[in-house]
Amino acid sequence: MIDVVVLFFLLGVFARLVGSDLRLPEALYETLSIYLLLAIGLKGGIELSRQPIGLLAPQVLACMALGFAIPFVLYPLLRSLRLAGADAASVAAHYGSVSVVTFAVASAALAREGIAYESHAALWVAVMEAPGLVAGILLARWAARREQGAGGTARWRELAHDVLFGKSVLLLLGGLIIGAIAGEAGAKPIAAVFVDPFKGVLALFLLELGLVAGARLAEVRRFGAAVLVVGVAVPPVLALAGAAVGWALGLSVGGVALLATLAASASYIAAPTAMRIAVPEANAALSITAALGVTFPFNLVAGIPMYIALAQWIAQRSPT
Amino acid sequence: MSLARHPKTLLVIVAEAALEKALVRDARERGAQRWTVAEVHGAGVEGVREGAWEADRTIELKLICDAAVAEAIAEHVIARYAPNYAVALYFADVQVVRPDRF
Repeated sequence: MIDVVVLFFLLGVFARLVGSDLRLPEALYETLSIYLLLAIGLKGGIELSRQPIGLLAPQVLACMALGFAIPFVLYPLLRSLRLAGADAASVAAHYGSVSVVTFAVASAALAREGIAYESHAALWVAVMEAPGLVAGILLARWAARREQGAGGTARWRELAHDVLFGKSVLLLLGGLIIGAIAGEAGAKPIAAVFVDPFKGVLALFLLELGLVAGARLAEVRRFGAAVLVVGVAVPPVLALAGAAVGWALGLSVGGVALLATLAASASYIAAPTAMRIAVPEANAALSITAALGVTFPFNLVAGIPMYIALAQWIAQRSPT
Repeated sequence: MSLARHPKTLLVIVAEAALEKALVRDARERGAQRWTVAEVHGAGVEGVREGAWEADRTIELKLICDAAVAEAIAEHVIARYAPNYAVALYFADVQVVRPDRF
């Protein structure tokens, strides 16, 4: 059964495709995204307070390494599809970084199916946002130097500031820390806002994202088959890598599924902004169409169930 | 009795929101003292910028300054950003009451 929140997403896509005037107010979109980031962080933080730090360090390092490695694997593949150096680097960065909403839908699916997962998983999301972007920028610089003899200079300081203190990482990490300090009992008074209505808010946010993704779908034709191939074929391959890392870390079935989902997901909020500044010569519409127009809907509808099945298959095969 | 009016140049830059920080910084470095920024949405023949989510936003930066300063900012913006970003700009003659503020 398809998750109810995904149906909201499909409604949004439908509304867009039939040219409905439906549009969520900008301020509401902004509010919902702040809410979701904080709520995801808080939930992870409450669990974090129960975890020994020693156990978390290898997870954090592995997640960052995974995010950093993905663009380097994707880049030659994208180049072979005849993407220009800057475009390939930018697309690779989008896939190296992660989509918080895809993560939220995957955890909702796990909860619905009663599959346990590491509740501090929000920490993985927070640390996986930046490494892929850095890798993508390095690749773009390298490509520019090879093609023109000299690449532009990246404003690393500004970029680091924008990524580390940007809305998504700040709210996720902030929520994690608040949750960890407050603990279950301390967070109880705000649970009525930040815990219970979570899924309803996610549904509303997905309605809006459906509208945005629907607009991107129309762009797919402009870029042809390459963007479809990238958007649909790349996520399952990355999911395998994510699942392998999760398995090596000894994560639970749900944890393996979540890490597979994170590896397979593509950023459409942090990455486009960062790439616009760091790699201006890259075609922004191409990356966004692949990440938001193709991969995001693919992961929501087909990918997440596949990654959960993959995690279950791995669990059955491996001796405990 | 009417207020004394002084001629200044209004420079309006419409650009991708990702450029806001850089544009403001560059404008200040070239002598701009005051500006306002508003979020807008619209379209050109190349495509629509609806502003539906973060990466699709557009800003309108308005600066009032001396003609020479406006010229220098515009030249820089065209040279530095126009090749790779969606940028539109235009000038207008305006009159201000307190010229030392601009």
